Amino acid sequence: MSLLRSLADRDRVFDFLVPAASPVDVRHGPILYLEDVTVSFDGFKAIDNLNLTIDDGELRCIIGPNGAGKTTMMDIITGKTRPDTGSVWFGSRHDLLMMNEPEIASLGIGRKFQKPTVFEALSVFENLELAMAADKRILPTLTARMSGEVRDRIEEGVDTIGLAALRDRPAGILSHGQKQWLEIGMLLMQRPRLLLVDEPVAGMTEQEMERTAELLTGLAGKQSVVVVEHDMGFVRSIARQVTVLHQGSVLAEGSMDQVASDPRVIEVYLGAEADADEEMV
Amino acid sequence: MHSTHFWLTRPFRERSTQLFLGVLLAAMTLVTLLHVAVPQGHPLYVNAYTVNLFGKYLSYALLAVAVDLVWGYLGILSLGHGAFFALGGYAMGMYLMRQIGDRGVYGDPVLPDFMVFLSWENLPWYWLGFDMAWFAFLMVLLVPGALALVFGFLAFRSRVTGVYLSIITQALTFALMLAFFRNEMGFGGSDGLTDFREILGFNLRSDATRLGLFLASGVALALGYVVCRAIVGSKLGRVCVATRDAEARTRFLGYRVERFQLFVFVVSAMLAGLAGALYVPQVGIINPSEFSPLFSIEIVLWVALGGRGTLYGAVIGAILVNYAKTYFTGAMPDAWLFALGGLFVLVTVFLPRGVAGLLAYRLKRRRRSDDDGASGNENSATGSEATP
Repeated sequence: MSLLRSLADRDRVFDFLVPAASPVDVRHGPILYLEDVTVSFDGFKAIDNLNLTIDDGELRCIIGPNGAGKTTMMDIITGKTRPDTGSVWFGSRHDLLMMNEPEIASLGIGRKFQKPTVFEALSVFENLELAMAADKRILPTLTARMSGEVRDRIEEGVDTIGLAALRDRPAGILSHGQKQWLEIGMLLMQRPRLLLVDEPVAGMTEQEMERTAELLTGLAGKQSVVVVEHDMGFVRSIARQVTVLHQGSVLAEGSMDQVASDPRVIEVYLGAEADADEEMV
Repeated sequence: MHSTHFWLTRPFRERSTQLFLGVLLAAMTLVTLLHVAVPQGHPLYVNAYTVNLFGKYLSYALLAVAVDLVWGYLGILSLGHGAFFALGGYAMGMYLMRQIGDRGVYGDPVLPDFMVFLSWENLPWYWLGFDMAWFAFLMVLLVPGALALVFGFLAFRSRVTGVYLSIITQALTFALMLAFFRNEMGFGGSDGLTDFREILGFNLRSDATRLGLFLASGVALALGYVVCRAIVGSKLGRVCVATRDAEARTRFLGYRVERFQLFVFVVSAMLAGLAGALYVPQVGIINPSEFSPLFSIEIVLWVALGGRGTLYGAVIGAILVNYAKTYFTGAMPDAWLFALGGLFVLVTVFLPRGVAGLLAYRLKRRRRSDDDGASGNENSATGSEATP
């Protein structure tokens, strides 16, 4: 149906004529739009009429109690979950709802999962190698030969995440924090336009948190970063813009101080976090 | 700068591959010499029967390598690789049947004996072309490859993995077994294809042909090993290991996981087909029992015993188990199954990574005592820690 409708539109080029690999169009500012998105699982509305806009180069934190729909929102952006209604656009050219996961990934949206998933049998270096932007079809992958330039970029990545000493060790032996950094490093190798980071500091020590904050703030400007986080101290240390989610929609948006003083936010989240947690369990 | 052959020549620069090929070549030369140069009756003489037996082991070893490629590196536990082995065997069997010509019991110049017996008038269309060696040898690879392509396409596209995939592969080989048991299929029913006489003009019953088939099996094993090693040593091999350990993550990196799975699965099926084609002229028969689900499970046991995810472990496992089988079924036929079961329990308990795991452990310890630190990076992709 939507194809037929798009054929009837006379004022623009047919969607299927636009090459899928065309660069992201951010001339209008935002790199990501979510408009009126709703998802329900067995009648429970995980996302309810969500509207969200992320600007190009922005570092945005998204907070909210458990069950506010943070992870589901990430799933929608990366193509893992299909919304019931609404639209999701990457730049003003790419309709993410028309694409599958690998297509979205190759478009430049990288995602860091809550639980660090690295390839444990492969070395740190090899993990970054696989993550690196390259021709990922079968034959080019089979015949791939590492050029000096590629090697340099991977070495640079190893240095950025501070794992140079563990370069050739299997990722399975890394500590929790190191795995998180490796995963962020893997995302960076893809040269993403938009980075989605899910609870990066959960289970980290103070020092590890500081290093993570440095890593993420160092990225902003070069790429857009969306961080979903529970830890308020950490959010305060990195965030410029904060969005508060509650029951699947946006409750408040603004700087950390603005948001923290919003009475509704205090009520549902900051003040009554324990209640909200109980409610969801 | 960007040589496309690089990936194929890389294995020859790896020490483990050099060692493997060296040992294989030495074993082949030794058996040949002991068979040809030593006079009969001498205690070191290797008779034609034993040469034939070794040839059979080598074709089994190639089959095990094919299974290890998908199980050890891709994490797909195929319990139906016997089907690809048998299809390769049937393709070879059809060629050997057509080579009999009018020397069959009924003396029909075209139709194999079992078709005359069923009073068929004409050769079924799918038997056409199998009188030509090049066509038959091509089918040895293409038929199992095509089945794997269709089966794999459907399974991987629907993201069927794990236990469910193992069960469907069992169902696949079981269904094929039932189909091949039927006389109307035109593959000789439960008797299968047998009574072969010649291959490429050489008498199958002569000692020289048996030696030739043994050597051909060795060469095929070497080729198959190098191809697999080239695959697992490439970036594609690392994508396979990544898929094995975290499939969703690999997909998020932008790899079309199902296509990689399909590619490796088809390569593996073709190697299994080749193994079957070498096996059939050496045992002189192919019948539907090769499709039996039990046989496919047995292959997996060889790989598990030898050590999964190393390729050479699969070779060791296949040869070891089949040698033991030959010995036990001769020495004490009733004890064989107990011996196999006992062997499997022992290895699972004491050598969770198989015989190859033991070898690697010994080697690592020795290397560590030789020079502290400075561990090689080459083996990290193959050193899969995963247990079955």
